[in-house]
Amino acid sequence: MNKRIIFGTSIIILMAVVAIFAPKIATYDPLEMDLSPEARLQGPSVEHFFGTDNLGRDVFSRMVYGTRISLSVGFIAVFISLVIGILLGGLSGYYGGWVDNTIMRLVEVMYCFPTFFLIMMVITFLGPSIINVMVVIGLTSWAGLCRLVRAEFLSLRERDFVYSAKVQGVPDRRLIFRHILPNAMAPVYVSATLSVGGAILVESALSFLGLGVQIPTASWGNILTAGKIYIDYAWWLTLFPGLAILFTVLSFNLIGEGLREKLDPKLRERK
Amino acid sequence: MLLGISLILFLVMHLAPGDPASIKYGLNPEVSGSARAVFREMYDLDKPVMTQYALWLKRIVTFDFGRSMVDDQSVILKIGSRLPATILLQVVSLFVIFSIAVPIGIISAIRRNSLFDKVCTILVFVGYAMPTFWLALLLILFFGVKLQWLPVSGMSPWYTDYLDFFGKSKDLLWHLVLPVTATAFGGLASLSRYSRSSMIEVMRENYVLTARAKGLTERRVVLVHILRNALLPIVTIMGLTLPALISGSFIFETIFAWPGMGRLGYESIMNYDYPVVMGVGVIASFLTLLGIFISDILYAVVDPRIRLEGKR
Repeated sequence: MNKRIIFGTSIIILMAVVAIFAPKIATYDPLEMDLSPEARLQGPSVEHFFGTDNLGRDVFSRMVYGTRISLSVGFIAVFISLVIGILLGGLSGYYGGWVDNTIMRLVEVMYCFPTFFLIMMVITFLGPSIINVMVVIGLTSWAGLCRLVRAEFLSLRERDFVYSAKVQGVPDRRLIFRHILPNAMAPVYVSATLSVGGAILVESALSFLGLGVQIPTASWGNILTAGKIYIDYAWWLTLFPGLAILFTVLSFNLIGEGLREKLDPKLRERK
Repeated sequence: MLLGISLILFLVMHLAPGDPASIKYGLNPEVSGSARAVFREMYDLDKPVMTQYALWLKRIVTFDFGRSMVDDQSVILKIGSRLPATILLQVVSLFVIFSIAVPIGIISAIRRNSLFDKVCTILVFVGYAMPTFWLALLLILFFGVKLQWLPVSGMSPWYTDYLDFFGKSKDLLWHLVLPVTATAFGGLASLSRYSRSSMIEVMRENYVLTARAKGLTERRVVLVHILRNALLPIVTIMGLTLPALISGSFIFETIFAWPGMGRLGYESIMNYDYPVVMGVGVIASFLTLLGIFISDILYAVVDPRIRLEGKR
C-alpha cells in the first residue's frame, strides 16, 4: 500500500467515526448556550478543549457535529456531479456529432463561469440550507469529470471489445454502462476523490459567508464566521475549525494522488 | 459564450423565489400595492422571464446595464468605480504567482528528490488543501492583530487625502500585501506543481540530450532548451487560474473590505439587486474570457508551431 493512501484513509476513517458517533464524542450539547460573561469566549481548557464561542457554546462539541456536515456535503455533492458528469460525458464521447458539440459548449460555459459567484447567487435566491448547498455544488462542478469521461469514451469506443459487442447486437445503453464505463472508471475515481476535498472547501467558504449551513446548526465554516468577528480576542475560534478543514481536505487529496499513482501505469513505470 | 453565461445567470436569478419589490418595500406598510406594481413595471419584473431576458439583452448591446434597484445609480458606473481595485489586485496576484511559482518549479525539477523538492511537495499538498479564506483570517490574526504590522482592510487609510503621490502609492502597496498573499496562495501551489512536472517531462526529451551532448553549459540547457518548451503548458494553466482568482475575489474582497467588484457582487446579491448582479456576473465572465484569450495569444508567442499552423 501507498503511504499517502494509508495516511489519508486513516484520517478520513477517524473523521467518519467522529461524525457517526458525534453525540457520544461531543462533551457538551453543541447548541447549549451559556450567556454569562465568564462562560463566553473562554480559551481552551480541560473542560472546553477548544474553548467556547461568543454565546458560550463548546467549540469542540460544535466541531464534532460540524464533521457530519462537512463529510455529508462533500460526498453527496460529489455524487451528484459524478452522476451528471458520467452521463453527459458518456453520451458525448459515445455518440459524438451534435450531441457531443452541444454538451461540450455547455462544458465550456461552465468552465469560464466564475462558479463561486453562481453558487453564491443561487444559494442566496433559493435560501441557504444544507440541501441547497449540496445540490448547487454538485450541479456546478461536473464539467471537469464530464471532459474526463468523454476522453476515456472516445478512446475506448474504438477498441475491439466494443466492436465485437456491437456486432453481437448489444444495445447502446448496455454497451455504455456495462462494457465501456467500467473501463473508464479509473481516472474518475481519482478525480472524484479530489473533488470531495474541493466540495468541502466550497461548503466551508459558503458557510463562512453566511450562505451555507445556517446557525445554530454547527459547521466548520460558520464557526469561522464568529472567529472573524472576535479575531481580536478569540484566536481559538479561528484556529481549530480551519485546521479541521485543512486536514480533511488534505486527506482526500492524498488518497486521490495515491490512487492516481496506483492506477496510472505511466507514473508507475517511472518509479 | 457570454450569451450562454448570461442566460444561465438570468434564468437562475429570475426563476428563484424572492422578489426585489417585496424585499425593498416588504417591511414598509406605507408603500401601497400600486407603488410596488410601479416598481415592478419599472424593472420589467411584470413580464415573462424570456421577454425580460430579451429586453435586457437588447439594452446590453449598447452597454446599458440599467440602474441599481437599491440606490438608482447606473450599474456601469457602479462597476466601473470598483473595477480598477479588482484588476489591480488580480494583476498583482498573478504577477506574484508567476514570479514565485515558476522558479520553484524549475528548481525542484532540476534537483529532483532533494530536500528542497521534498519540502515543496509537502507545501504544495498543504496549499491545495488550504481553505484560503482561513489563511486570510490567519494572516489578519498574525500580521494585523498580534503584530500590528500590516493594515487588514480597505485600500487606503482615512488620512489618504493628506498624502502626496509617493505617500499614497506606498500606502496602497502596504494595503495590498495581505490580500495579495491570500489571493495568490492557491494559485501558487498548483502552478509550481505544474511547472515542475512540465519541466521534468521536457527533460526527458531527446533534444535536451542532444543539447547536453553538444557541450552546452548547464545554464543554457536549462534556461533555453528546457524552460522554453516547458513554458507551453504553464501558459495554458494561467488561463485556468483566472476563473479561480475571480471566484476568490468574491471571498477575499469581502474579508479584507477591499473596495472591488467582488465585494460589490456580494453586496448586490445580498440586496437582491438584479441589475447589479447581472452586471457583475457578465463583467466577471468577460474578464475570465479575456484572460483565456490573452493566454491563447501568449501561447502563440511562446510556441512558433501554432503561429505557423495559422499561416498555412
